[in-house]
Amino acid sequence: MTTSTVDVQAPEQAPPPAPAPGRRRRFAVHFAHYKWLYLLLLPGVIYFAVFRYAPMYGVSIAFKDYVPFLGVNASPWVGFQHFQDFFSNPDFGRLLGNTLILAFLNLGIAFPLTIVLALLLNEVRLSILKRTVQTLVYIPHFLSWTIVASLSFLLFALDFGPLFLFINSVLGTDIDFLSDPAWFRPLIVLQEIWKNTGWGTIIFLAALATVDQDQYEAAIIDGAGRFRRVWHITLPGIRSTIIVMLILAIGQMLNTGFEQIYLMTNALNRSVADVFDTYVYFVGITQGAYSYSTAVGLFKSLVGIVLIFGTNWLAKRFNQSGLF
Amino acid sequence: MKIHNTTGGRIFDAANYVFLVLIGVLTLLPFIYVFAGSFATEAEITRRAFFVWPEQFSLGSYEYIFSTPAFIRALVTTVLVTAVGTVVQLILTVTMAYPLAKRNLRGRQLILSLVVFAMVFSGGMIPTFLLIKDLGLLNSYWALILPAAINPFSLIIIKNFFQELPAELEESAKMDGATEIGILWRILLPLSKPVLATFALFYAVGIWNDFMSPLLYLSDNSKWTLQMYLRQVTASSDLLGTGNVDPNYIPPEQGIKFAVIVVATLPILIFYPFLQKHFAKGILIGSVKG
Repeated sequence: MTTSTVDVQAPEQAPPPAPAPGRRRRFAVHFAHYKWLYLLLLPGVIYFAVFRYAPMYGVSIAFKDYVPFLGVNASPWVGFQHFQDFFSNPDFGRLLGNTLILAFLNLGIAFPLTIVLALLLNEVRLSILKRTVQTLVYIPHFLSWTIVASLSFLLFALDFGPLFLFINSVLGTDIDFLSDPAWFRPLIVLQEIWKNTGWGTIIFLAALATVDQDQYEAAIIDGAGRFRRVWHITLPGIRSTIIVMLILAIGQMLNTGFEQIYLMTNALNRSVADVFDTYVYFVGITQGAYSYSTAVGLFKSLVGIVLIFGTNWLAKRFNQSGLF
Repeated sequence: MKIHNTTGGRIFDAANYVFLVLIGVLTLLPFIYVFAGSFATEAEITRRAFFVWPEQFSLGSYEYIFSTPAFIRALVTTVLVTAVGTVVQLILTVTMAYPLAKRNLRGRQLILSLVVFAMVFSGGMIPTFLLIKDLGLLNSYWALILPAAINPFSLIIIKNFFQELPAELEESAKMDGATEIGILWRILLPLSKPVLATFALFYAVGIWNDFMSPLLYLSDNSKWTLQMYLRQVTASSDLLGTGNVDPNYIPPEQGIKFAVIVVATLPILIFYPFLQKHFAKGILIGSVKG
C-alpha cells in the first residue's frame, strides 16, 4: 500500500538527464533508515530463496534428463518425454485408481463422520462431559503416523493382536489384516478416522456456536422436534463452513499422506497401496529415477491446483461462498 | 433459553451421552492397552488377548530398551533435534515476521506475495531431496531442521499479530532512542510470549513426530531419530521388504515394542494439556478461515 504511494511520489516525468538517481537516492535513504529491518529480513529471505524457490527451479528436471554430475542446469532437455512415459505406463492407471479410491473413501466416510460427531457434541448441554470427550478425541491428532502405524501393527498382530483375535472370531475367519490387500483400504480409513475425526470437529463446533439461537426458539414454538431443528436450522447454519472444508479436502485429494501410506505398505499389499506420493519416493529416491519421479510429482501438484480452483469456481457458480 | 424437554428428547440425550463417552473411551483404549502391555511380562502379552492392567507387574521391557545403545542414541538425538529445531524455527520466523509487519517497508508486498505463492506451490519431494544432497546435508541433522525452518502459514499469523499491536508502544520507545532490534527484543517479544509459546509447542510436536525427513535424508542408521527407531522395532511386516530395515536386525520381543511406543508417545501426552489450552483459545484455528 505504502509502496505504491512512494511510487506515485517519484513519477516518470523526472528530467531526462538524471532520472534514476532521484529515485535510487530516495531508496538509498529509505534503505539506510531501515537497515536494521532489512538485516532482520535477510535470513528469512535467504531461507525462502534456498529451501522454497530453489526446489521450484529444480522442478525443471521434469523436462530434462537429470544427470547428477551435470547438475540441474547442464542436464539435457527432453521436453515432455517423462510425462509421456508416465501416462503410457501401466502404473499410471493403478496409481490414479488407488489414490482416488482412498480419497473418495476418506471424503465419503471420514468427512461426514466429522460433521456427525460435531453435531452430537453440539447437542450436549452437560459442559463437563462435552469438554472431557473433546479432550479425549483431539489427542490422536498430535501423535505421529509412526505411532499410529505401530499401534495398528500391535492391535492387528498375527495370532495375538486383540483386534486380530476379536474380528476373526466374530467373522469366523483367519485373516491377516496387515498383509491382506483387501483390508488395506479399510485399515487406512480406520486410522484416518481415529486420528483426525476429533480434531476435525473443532472448526465445525466453532461454526455451530455462531448459529442464531433465536431460530431454535421459534422452531420449538412451531413444534419442530430435535431432528427437524438440526435439519432445518443447524445444518443450513454451518453450510458455508462445510463447503469451505469440502473445497479444502478436494484440493488435497491427491495428497494421500505419504507417511501413513508408506508405513502401511508392504510387499504383499503393494498392488492396492501404491499412490502417487509413495510412487515418487520408491521410483525417485530408492531407484534413482529423479527426472521421471519429479514429472510424476509435478503432475500431481498441478492436478491439485486445478482441483482446488475448480471446486472453488463450482461453489461460487452455485451461489455459495467460495474459499477465495 | 429454556428447553422444554420431551421424553423423546431425554432418551436422545441419554443415548447421545452414552455414545460419546464410548467414543472417548474407544479413542483412548489403544493407549491403555499399550501402556499396560509395556509393564507386563512377555508371556502375559502373548497369552492374554487384551488387558488394561497387567497381572504381573514387570519393568523388563524398559530395562531392556534403556540398556540398548541404539535406542538411547535415537532418544537423545530426537530430544536435541527437537530443541534446536524449535529454537531455529522461532528465531527465523520472528525475525522475518517483524520487518514484514512494518507497512512502510519497501519490497514488503513483493516478499509477502512470494511467501504466499510458496504456500500454494512447492518443488516437491525429489527437487528438495536433490537440493539437500547438493548442499551436502545428507546424513546431517540440519536436514531435519532447515528445509521446514519457516512455515509460511505461521509466519503470516505472527506478522499479523505484530501488526495488530498498538503502534504507540513502538513510537514511545523510539522517542527514548531504542533501535528497531531493541524494540523487537524488549517490547514486542515480551508481549507476544503466549503466541510464541503456542507456536513453539506446535513446532516441537512437528519435529518430534517427523518421519519423512529422517527417512529421506538420514540413510546412516546410527543417526536415526526415535520415529525411525520405532518403525524398525514395530514394523514386523516390513521384514517382507519395503527397504530401510537393517538386514542384520533381529526382531525384538513384543514387550519392547510396547515400551518404545510409550516412550515415543509420552512427551506428546505430557505437553498435550498446554497445547490444548492454546488451541482451545482459537489462535491457530481462527486463522484457517480468516
